[in-house]
Amino acid sequence: MTLLNELININLSDSTEKIIAEYIWIGGSGMDMRSKARTLPNPESDPQKLPKWNFDGSSTGQAPGDDSEVILYPQAIFKDPFRRGSNILVMCDAYTPAGEPIPTNQRFNAEKIFSHPDVIAEEPWYGIEQEYTLLRKDVNWPLGWPLGGFPGPQGPYYCGVGADKAFGRDIVDSHYKACLYAGINVSGVNGEVMPGQWEFQVGPAVGISAGDELWVARYILERITEIAGVVLSFDPKPIQGDWNGAGAHTNYSTKSMRSDGGIDVIKAAIEKLGLRHNEHISAYGEGNERRLTGRHETAYISKFSWGVANRGASVRLGRETEKSGKGYFEDRRPASNMDPYVVTSMIAETTILWNP
Amino acid sequence: MSLLQDLIDINLSDSTEKIIAEYIWIGGSGMDLRSKARTLSKVESDPQKLPKWNYDGSSTDQAPGDDSEVILYPQAVFKDPFRRGNNILVMCDAYTPGGVPIPTNKRFNAATIFSHPEVATEEPWYGIEQEYTLLQKDLHWPLGWPVGGFPGPQGPYYCGIGADKAFGRQIVDSHYKACLYAGINISGINGEVMPGQWEFQVGPAVGISAGDELWVARYILERITELAGVVLSFDPKPIPGDWNGAGAHTNYSTKSMRNEGGIDVIKKAIEKLGLRHKEHISAYGEGNDRRLTGRHETADINTFSWGVANRGASIRVGRDTEQAGKGYFEDRRPASNMDPYVVTSMIAETTLLWKP
Repeated sequence: MTLLNELININLSDSTEKIIAEYIWIGGSGMDMRSKARTLPNPESDPQKLPKWNFDGSSTGQAPGDDSEVILYPQAIFKDPFRRGSNILVMCDAYTPAGEPIPTNQRFNAEKIFSHPDVIAEEPWYGIEQEYTLLRKDVNWPLGWPLGGFPGPQGPYYCGVGADKAFGRDIVDSHYKACLYAGINVSGVNGEVMPGQWEFQVGPAVGISAGDELWVARYILERITEIAGVVLSFDPKPIQGDWNGAGAHTNYSTKSMRSDGGIDVIKAAIEKLGLRHNEHISAYGEGNERRLTGRHETAYISKFSWGVANRGASVRLGRETEKSGKGYFEDRRPASNMDPYVVTSMIAETTILWNP
Repeated sequence: MSLLQDLIDINLSDSTEKIIAEYIWIGGSGMDLRSKARTLSKVESDPQKLPKWNYDGSSTDQAPGDDSEVILYPQAVFKDPFRRGNNILVMCDAYTPGGVPIPTNKRFNAATIFSHPEVATEEPWYGIEQEYTLLQKDLHWPLGWPVGGFPGPQGPYYCGIGADKAFGRQIVDSHYKACLYAGINISGINGEVMPGQWEFQVGPAVGISAGDELWVARYILERITELAGVVLSFDPKPIPGDWNGAGAHTNYSTKSMRNEGGIDVIKKAIEKLGLRHKEHISAYGEGNDRRLTGRHETADINTFSWGVANRGASIRVGRDTEQAGKGYFEDRRPASNMDPYVVTSMIAETTLLWKP
């Protein structure tokens, strides 16, 4: 394998100006990520200067076979942690040849909301806590769990250390550095309550970049689990019973919330979210009803609630925010398989643009 | 896996000012170590300048679910031997949002004792000999032992070498260098009498730093056994029968003991310890009664004794101390699962502050 690695690690800058750009997009299910690479004549860091491209939409459930071209518009660039050198990852969204966003393109609508002057003025910040589960390949049973059985009950695993408590740390740690290298604002990682489950946080990110950064962080994670021979799952309740689910808690603040007197703006925003609870829930991820049971640090899916330092509520306010009278709040409802373009823009829309 | 290793080994300093800080704390059982990481905007080595953080105490038995935030106060910084570069490990202790140390926070009381002027002037030094046992994962039977059986009796293993006498040296040696790299004052290591058991020593360390350094050394050890796929045990008597237990002998001296005439100060201190034998024993580790039997180089748990070069006594004074008329003594009573904050501060309290 060393010879293969030597080839993979060739530094092209020694012999050519050319770079490799990996174009990334979201496929027909709304959760499957796809990518392919192309050679560009020289380094480029402005997505607007990169060429549009296209892919075979009939192979991803996004176009019919007799009219299969879907166009990729580059939207964000990151350094490629796998190819390194001057090579790049390019996050794209998808359009028909006529220039219409295809139905599964959730970024387009989010971009519109984030371009609204009232939203721009409020500089919405997001911190997303992405939880995920690692599964053994072929058996699809969590990493570290005995085959045909269960580990000891939850308790020792949250932020745990040791061969009997932490499963897959090399994936987590390589992902952390790879994302920082790529230019993604990963703010932390931790082992989760269910063994084999982990979390990383992206943020604070402003507006549309929260979605771009989270999607590329997910892409990098799945490329890393691919190297490790482990399967990545964003299912919100991978194992039934007394095992935690996986969420994507979304922390949120606007300029007004971060300024003096912000606590009142926060409370007004939370009230508005409460009035649109059902609309939000329906957009917060498939299968969330298996996760939001009111147990295992969740709030019951049909009820909206909020509280300070309360992990059993829909929305949680941190003690620091309460004490200083300004800050941010945490929407704990989104599932791990949510689309960050949808969730971030919807929170902005409801709290800044919508009126009851 | 080497591709994963390439990512883990990325030197972030090449691309960013940011560093990763792993915050470490002690969980609800008093022995379970927990940690999670966060990104900091630039290098920092002063714990007072690091941000406080918080964690979900309801997941570690340290807070209820509806008021789950526990606050982490950074107390000591070490270099991170796993992430290297400018990345750091941060030893913390835990407080309520109101600023009160939570019940399992033993460091707070120890720091109070070590700040007492009569203690500070005596500059208490500690050298702690941490013994531990390595167990095969899933079986929880010592490393190197035949499954379902026993190795030959004790004799060849103490400081032994060879594939049939030393089990797990890779872990021991990587731990030694990792700790020195981190800035922990490891003074030595050796293979122990029971096969699969090892010892490292931390010190001399002054006052509260003895506890900080030992806890972080334990953390690094468990991260290393996690990498090795081996389970770490601090049980004081892992295998009943004719097999040694595991202790944490604590060597101790004060300024007066280290100066001319120190031997008299030492004898007085030992007398005081004898008068508080029961109080100390109850704080010297759970399950110590299975270990302190009077056999296997221990003193019986109910009898306090001391002697020169006597490994069967509660307290041992070295021949070099006796000869020089000054030096230090060794409290052999603490079990391997003792809390160094408790033991070190209690010894200082009894010998320097307490009056019979």
